[in-house]
Amino acid sequence: MPKDHGIGASTKRREDVRFLTGTGNYTDDINLAGQAYVHFLRSDVAHGRIKRLDTSVAADMPGVVQIFNGADFEGVGGIPCGWQVTDRHGNPMQEPAHPVLAQGKVRHVGDAIAAVVAESAAQARNAAEAIELEIEDLPAVVDMAAALADDAPKVHDDLDSNLCYDWTFGSDDDAIKAAFDAADHVTTLDLVNQRLVANPMEPRVAVGDFNRASGESTLYTTSQNPHVIRLLMGAFVLGIPEHKLRVIAPDVGGGFGSKIFHYAEEAFCTFAAKALKRPVKWTASRSEAFVTDAHGRDHVTTIELALDADNNFTGLRTRTMANMGAYLSTFAPSVPTYLHGTLMAGNYKTPAIQVNVKAVFTTTVPVDAYRGAGRPEATYQLERVIDKAARERGLDPVALRRQNFISEFPYETPVAVAYDTGDYTATMDKLLEMVDRDGFEARAAESAKAGKLRGFGVNCYIEACGIAPSALVGQLGARAGLYESATVRVNATGGLVVMTGSHSHGQGHETAFPQVIAEMIGIDADMVEIVHGDTANTPMGMGTYGSRSLAVGGSAMVRATEKIIAKAKKIAAHLLEASEGDIDLKDGQFSVAGTDKSVAWGDVTLAAYVPHNYPIEEIEPGLEETAFYDPSNFTYPAGAYACEVEVDPETGRVEICSFAAADDFGNVVNPMIVDGQVHGGLAQGIGQALLEGAVYDADGQLLSASYMDYAMPRADDLPNFQVDHSCQTPCTHNPLGVKGCGEAGAIGSPPSVVNAVVDALQRGGHDVTHIDMPLSPGRVWQAING
Amino acid sequence: MTKVTMTVNGKSVSGAVEGRTLLSDFIREGLRLTGTHVGCDTSQCGACVVHVDGKAVKSCTMLAAEAEGAEIKTIEGMANPDGSLSVIQQAFQDHHGLQCGFCTPGMVMSAAALLAENPSPTESEIRKYLEGNICRCTGYHNIIKAIMAASGQSVADVAAE
Repeated sequence: MPKDHGIGASTKRREDVRFLTGTGNYTDDINLAGQAYVHFLRSDVAHGRIKRLDTSVAADMPGVVQIFNGADFEGVGGIPCGWQVTDRHGNPMQEPAHPVLAQGKVRHVGDAIAAVVAESAAQARNAAEAIELEIEDLPAVVDMAAALADDAPKVHDDLDSNLCYDWTFGSDDDAIKAAFDAADHVTTLDLVNQRLVANPMEPRVAVGDFNRASGESTLYTTSQNPHVIRLLMGAFVLGIPEHKLRVIAPDVGGGFGSKIFHYAEEAFCTFAAKALKRPVKWTASRSEAFVTDAHGRDHVTTIELALDADNNFTGLRTRTMANMGAYLSTFAPSVPTYLHGTLMAGNYKTPAIQVNVKAVFTTTVPVDAYRGAGRPEATYQLERVIDKAARERGLDPVALRRQNFISEFPYETPVAVAYDTGDYTATMDKLLEMVDRDGFEARAAESAKAGKLRGFGVNCYIEACGIAPSALVGQLGARAGLYESATVRVNATGGLVVMTGSHSHGQGHETAFPQVIAEMIGIDADMVEIVHGDTANTPMGMGTYGSRSLAVGGSAMVRATEKIIAKAKKIAAHLLEASEGDIDLKDGQFSVAGTDKSVAWGDVTLAAYVPHNYPIEEIEPGLEETAFYDPSNFTYPAGAYACEVEVDPETGRVEICSFAAADDFGNVVNPMIVDGQVHGGLAQGIGQALLEGAVYDADGQLLSASYMDYAMPRADDLPNFQVDHSCQTPCTHNPLGVKGCGEAGAIGSPPSVVNAVVDALQRGGHDVTHIDMPLSPGRVWQAING
Repeated sequence: MTKVTMTVNGKSVSGAVEGRTLLSDFIREGLRLTGTHVGCDTSQCGACVVHVDGKAVKSCTMLAAEAEGAEIKTIEGMANPDGSLSVIQQAFQDHHGLQCGFCTPGMVMSAAALLAENPSPTESEIRKYLEGNICRCTGYHNIIKAIMAASGQSVADVAAE
């Protein structure tokens, strides 16, 4: 088989051709005959009671079909949460109702109050402006510490307080106290992991449709996981059984987590299409996206690291307040807990670790998973406190890390996870090869001549990807299984269609998945087609997030293909009049070991569908298999990153001079795609470190609600990246040995940027030990100038 | 409603538009040329860039009525006459300059406009020129590479990995 399209080849992406010629099919490109358009009237205050909602004038406006409000959804379920966290006493989190349209109260700017369906989008918008609305203002609840005060106004009147849960995890109190009592040195750091907005370039869109003949509802939506939406919306919100509900997520213009969740607009369009017996379409504006897409991060943390006299890490204690926003988004409770606390060991053999998280309701947009989800928050605080400790102890930050690396695998951390494999020394060695640390002083001297301060920062990271196994996550509160599925259908003339439950929205599944099949069977990758994104023609799968597609979805595809090959060998053995155990499959030919007898892949597949000469008493005709793969563990990609910056002390402006990433992703199927995933992750991580931040004022107004105000990284904000993934310790428990690469860049990059800026300032004689992200010129200048 | 007539991708088209109809809406909804994307409402993201009389224009900042008589080119008109990818499009595929594809039409149209006015831009010139096109997937690294390659320049310096 040609090696330009099997495992390890940088095959060019086949999906690019449609995207480059304007022939992609994104949800907003879908227009159904007779469709109406919906415009949502949204709250412009953070917290208030709806006193009057009069739609009578609006209802008579031109083109208006119908206006819906909260009362229309009283018999309908609310938007469900997919993960229930319980505290260490076994008490479940507080879980508020989340109506499709506001009932009684509004709880964040952007909360939907009414929905106008009209013949055109402009008419719907015009009519929404004519709705008469009176809201009694209630005090906004923005600051998390204030939200937890005894006399704080409650976001949800029927809950005890604004505390969602108080969760403690890891080592017990005695062990952690003993570690800190015995410490030679304790480094403490208070930090903020600021609120971000995922901002995929395609705003969310939903088109609901209803077929009166079949009674089937169809939802076209910008989703990373159409099956999850079908289950959540069908079973919990609208009461539509799966066989009467089809969810289609066609080409999706980026997700980064924000398109995992089930949103009210999806339920509304499906509901309204059935009620009105015509398609209903909603397209978010970017301004609307800022106040309705789930946000990310928003943690306030105190972390303490205990070291012994020899600078071994002996204890780690971290306390975090995590913002949930006004309602619990689909996976929100899991992010600060099981995707964060479980990663606090990082790459280090710290024997005692305890994590406490208080999740808090505020009158802000709900917060949920954003690229990395919990793991960037864990990595950032750990890698920042280690850097601070190195500085306090007068140690080289690289040496301190190396000394404390976990070096034997498998390794059970004090925070419940077991790393199967890794080599943190190897990625650190590779990183130092890439960055020319020896030349730093000379470069710093050059910078100094220009009046600039140069700094070098380094960090490690580990992440847990391919979230699994289902039984474990069920014990931890997931209300879903986390397997993945694939159906492999071989056609009579030998071509294959793989129907995967995962979903591609930029990751290149349509190219990378066929490379795996091509390798397994020894045929051309062009003979394999990938189908994804439609619940009607893919098996139930959990979708794409958490860098899980290849590790979990790819494994399901491998398992299904193994079944195909096993059956095909039986057919080949029959055709070749040989014993099944003697059949080899290589380069698309089945041959009998030790003979020159062979039969081609296509002859066997044809025999499966034209079974004239066929072992019909032993096996059925046809060649189609399905596999559901439930992993036995997470995968643990890891790496070491370094950043070099130049700070202008006059203006506080930070320039990234170089950024290097040495990752261990295990085996790699398409290196070009992996490089691209890392580049994109780095851009989002550097964006967090230097530019981005969702800012609320004290009244709960989102000040950064457009691209005029929210600083998206642009081409001239970023450097070229040096990336390497040649250090490969294959995952030990999935058939491909892959670990996942989608989130690494976003997880691994913020700490080294901040470490580098602190290094630059310290070298410049400024006693700055920490600056909260984003390191905007104003913040850096203030840090320099006290 | 006003009738507008313009040439789009070499073909004369006309349609009835409201005074407030944006060129981007006319292209997407009126002409069903859905390759031109709308990613924001403040003329920041650049997903809607088309060429108007040879110049790169954010089609969400222009009224359809203003394009009366204009020569418009959209992403659908960028391939070679035989349907194969143009040099710029091919470079984006060769260098993995796109992931989700949503910003891509605007990126390609901006890149084409850049190379028309500056056939051999430096990396820094490319980065500055793309200031009005936001990509959330690629970190721009491979977009820069693709545009350098499309201009016939070596990508060795950009290929830092």
